[in-house]
Amino acid sequence: MTLYDLANPTRFLKLVKAVLPWLIVATVAALAVGLYFAFFVAPEDYQQGQTVRIMFVHVPAAQLALMCYAMMALSSIGSLVWKHPLADVSAKASAPIGAAFTFLALFSGAVWGKPMWGTFWVWDARLTSFLVLLIMYLGIIALWKAIEDPIKAAKVNAIITLVGVINVIIIKFSVEWWNTLHQPPSIIRADGPAIHSSILIPLGLMALAFVLLFVTLHLMSMRNEIMRRRIRAMRMRAASVAPAASSSTVTKAAPAGAR
Amino acid sequence: MSWMKSLFVREYQLANRVGGGALIGVLFFLAVVTIFPFGVGPDMILLSRIGAAILWIGALLSTLLGLDRLFQADREDGSLELLVMSGRSLELVVLIKCAAHWAATGLPLVLATPVLSLFVGLDFQSIVLVTLTLLVGAPALTLVGAVGAGVTVSMRRGGVLLSILVIPLAIPILIFGVSAATAGAIDSNNFLVPFLFLCALTLFGLVVGPLAAAAALRVSGD
Repeated sequence: MTLYDLANPTRFLKLVKAVLPWLIVATVAALAVGLYFAFFVAPEDYQQGQTVRIMFVHVPAAQLALMCYAMMALSSIGSLVWKHPLADVSAKASAPIGAAFTFLALFSGAVWGKPMWGTFWVWDARLTSFLVLLIMYLGIIALWKAIEDPIKAAKVNAIITLVGVINVIIIKFSVEWWNTLHQPPSIIRADGPAIHSSILIPLGLMALAFVLLFVTLHLMSMRNEIMRRRIRAMRMRAASVAPAASSSTVTKAAPAGAR
Repeated sequence: MSWMKSLFVREYQLANRVGGGALIGVLFFLAVVTIFPFGVGPDMILLSRIGAAILWIGALLSTLLGLDRLFQADREDGSLELLVMSGRSLELVVLIKCAAHWAATGLPLVLATPVLSLFVGLDFQSIVLVTLTLLVGAPALTLVGAVGAGVTVSMRRGGVLLSILVIPLAIPILIFGVSAATAGAIDSNNFLVPFLFLCALTLFGLVVGPLAAAAALRVSGD
């Protein structure tokens, strides 16, 4: 099966139907194991105490927030270059999920920041770029809602998403230049992770669980969007047929000689 | 060449004559700068410290205000369709429209900046720097805004959505613009780095803005 076979929405729906139950089971299992490790196996931090456990939600959520944007950008390329309806659907489905994960990252960060930094919010580089990311997500969702024609909405959104990709990079750089307090990246570094394995393993499990969660939610959301479009198409067809049907009843009521 | 010139002149005249033209933007700029002291208090020392930021935000808001008409008026009377079908490069058309729009609305903001600087207590050097950074940076705002204008062209009352979409894109411009203006007033060595970044963003907008806006206009045209 190639990517082109998946391009057919019906085939895609069939695949989703087959895969989804397994994905849900895998997601729930990974979340359960990950949360168990995060809460009971991972040690307390000697400085941060129990609050360090917020990290196991915060870091995967932040990672997912960026991954969703990457997904949206790839789908946007798909809908601009190959003009593919499924890519449109994928881009549209990613936006609310990405917004939710961005919000979760910001929220968990705020809750974590209060005991650690003594404040819910600082205008630090990463916090700020995530806030901007959230605004961009919400703007894109609003744009999806504002344009009625789905194909036109997809193209317009693809353009603004791709401009946004460049912008996210510039914002990240410029905001870092502007102000930074957040700790530097500590997992992916040239000289190996700076986190002990007792924390890194639960973190990895949670990251995996979140990725599975994203894939599940994304597929479900894509399925819903395809259904929604079919309903829309059916309604439009019904609406275009309806006046003709009513006029035919009128002609029936008219004298038979009309034909 | 002549079509470019006549398009520029047409756009410039339209921007100037419709809806109050250049003056209305400057008036809004004045209003924004005026409400700041009411918010933060009439402390001249504080105002002069945040003066550059006030002027930049005022200019940003004034630019946003006029952007929704950049392509919409042309779409309503059908001339946008003609421009799309004219066979000329749509990117170039967008660039010329942006240039004319900036000349009609952005340039007056820059010219008004030295006067408005006096209200926020800037010294001579700061006035020069803020005006210079706005002269270099404000075109970038228009160019980035053109993307938002192109994307929202088919919407009635797309102005708010346009601002929401454009403000994130304008953040880097604002950061480097204000940094250059304030850092330069303290130490001229700190001026060059953000200023060059600002120039880079403008050049970058010069490429990305017309490309993306033209793509968006083509989509909403058919």
